[in-house]
Amino acid sequence: MFPQRRRVALTEGFSWRATRLGIGMFCTAVLIFLILPTLLVVPMSFSATSYLRFPPSGFSLQWYHEYFKDPEWVSATLFSLRIACLTMLASTVIGTMAALALVRGRVPGRETINALLLAPLIVPHIIVAIAVYLQFAPLRLTGTTVGFVLIHSALAVPYVVIIVSVGLTRIDFSLEMAALNLGASRLRAFLEVTMPLIMPAIAAGAVFAFLASFDETIVSFYISGVENKTVTRKLFEDIDFDLSPVIAAVSTIFVVVTIGLALLGRLVKTRTGETTAV
Amino acid sequence: METSLSTHDVTPSATLEAAPSQTDLTAGVFSQRGQLPAVTSLVLIAPLALLLGWAFFMPIAKLLFQSISTPTWTLEHYSRLIHEPLYMRIIMRTVLISLSTTLAALLLGYPIAVLMTRAKGLMAGLVAACVLVPLWTSVLVRSYAWIVLLRRNGIINNALREWGLIDQPLSLLYTEGAVLVAMIHVLLPFMILPIYSTLINISPDLTKAALNLGASEARAFRTVTLPLSLPGVFAGCLMVFVLALGFYITPALVGGPRTLMIATLISQQATAFLNWPFAGAISLVLLLLSLGITIAFKRLLRIERMVTGV
Repeated sequence: MFPQRRRVALTEGFSWRATRLGIGMFCTAVLIFLILPTLLVVPMSFSATSYLRFPPSGFSLQWYHEYFKDPEWVSATLFSLRIACLTMLASTVIGTMAALALVRGRVPGRETINALLLAPLIVPHIIVAIAVYLQFAPLRLTGTTVGFVLIHSALAVPYVVIIVSVGLTRIDFSLEMAALNLGASRLRAFLEVTMPLIMPAIAAGAVFAFLASFDETIVSFYISGVENKTVTRKLFEDIDFDLSPVIAAVSTIFVVVTIGLALLGRLVKTRTGETTAV
Repeated sequence: METSLSTHDVTPSATLEAAPSQTDLTAGVFSQRGQLPAVTSLVLIAPLALLLGWAFFMPIAKLLFQSISTPTWTLEHYSRLIHEPLYMRIIMRTVLISLSTTLAALLLGYPIAVLMTRAKGLMAGLVAACVLVPLWTSVLVRSYAWIVLLRRNGIINNALREWGLIDQPLSLLYTEGAVLVAMIHVLLPFMILPIYSTLINISPDLTKAALNLGASEARAFRTVTLPLSLPGVFAGCLMVFVLALGFYITPALVGGPRTLMIATLISQQATAFLNWPFAGAISLVLLLLSLGITIAFKRLLRIERMVTGV
């Protein structure tokens, strides 16, 4: 990228090389700082000892075994998965509909709606958490699937609207026009022409919505019940209470699942860019 | 490495605004450029409005309303917030920690963003992984890792003792320093990515021109690259600062009860003291800080974009 660099390095000699070395060491240190905590958790989850130390001694899968046979962890995980799937479904449908209206429709106050849509991404979640608790508790919605899906969808739907809106503005609108010209109804033109074209964007939005729900901690902490608690709430409690290596095992599973999904979302999104780039 | 690291990963607002309007020649035949009719549009957007209205905006409005209407119309909760030195101290601490986090993230993050634009091959993949893996790892998991590192018989204390550097374990956890380090770690990717996305859009020809005209590489960076990357710097600082202000999980787990910040104070007032109106009053302060700064800086960002044409 910078073919001139070598010449400069030659003329300025030692001080330039020293500076480069310094910058290189600084960057390496920062990168280690960034990745170290994540890399620490994974080996700890395979340790054979019950207390946490690094480097871990021995290798065992006992903490994973303990996780899978503890009914509390299993039910919390299943509950989180159920909430995340339902949230994904609800916010993808609602978000795609809204994106259509915002990009293609005549909506009064479009700018205002676009601005308000960002509020769930900006407002600190602790405020949402206690506000939603106050709203849900009298209605007995705390600790229920409906309650969780409602608030998680509200928090996840902006991602879907934003990603699908971008997808919609990138596709060639004249294709849908052609379908309408040839006598297709608006619905049929949408289902058979537009929908397949924006499918990658919808899929990416769905993945992000799933992640937003599965990863959500603070609101879930407040509206979890004794029976129905999310895996994030259980993690939060256990980290605060004792630091058993089971947490390292759960964390490792958590890291693998989120990174896998995030990569999937990114892959789908990249494909959107390629297939719809004009 | 990948240009798909686009802005809508980190700044959703920018992409919504950047969306080009549809202008199509054939569209005139149909109802105004093929737009959906008003009724259909309203039906399509109604579920979103209901969902956000009922489950998001209404609860927050209620909470804030409580802070001035419980037990009767009163400003007592706000006067308590202002007159009790403890609360002002917590607010000042939060602002200070957020500012320090932002500054530290900028100093640590900028070189990494530059590195991301220049690294190639395996190196590029490694750098991207170091930035993105933490971003995708739950804040809970990362706070857990910091606790394991920093506690009394944690990894750092054990290592220092084994090397004979200390006799007694240092109390590292539950301090402001611990909160600061953990917060910098969590928020650093939010600084790196916006800076990276402006840097990657700066044409390398500009630097080449500066070098050809006799500038040293350092001078070319200072007079060409650095000024052009300022919009990304502003976006990153804005994002890190606003996120830091409202941060809950890390201060709650790594800071403990002694290092309260605004978010943990709200939670404490609501759950431990069941003082919901007061929690509402603090929430309003936090909300005004976050939204005020976002709106103020957003205008600045747009001006920047107009000036530089990026």
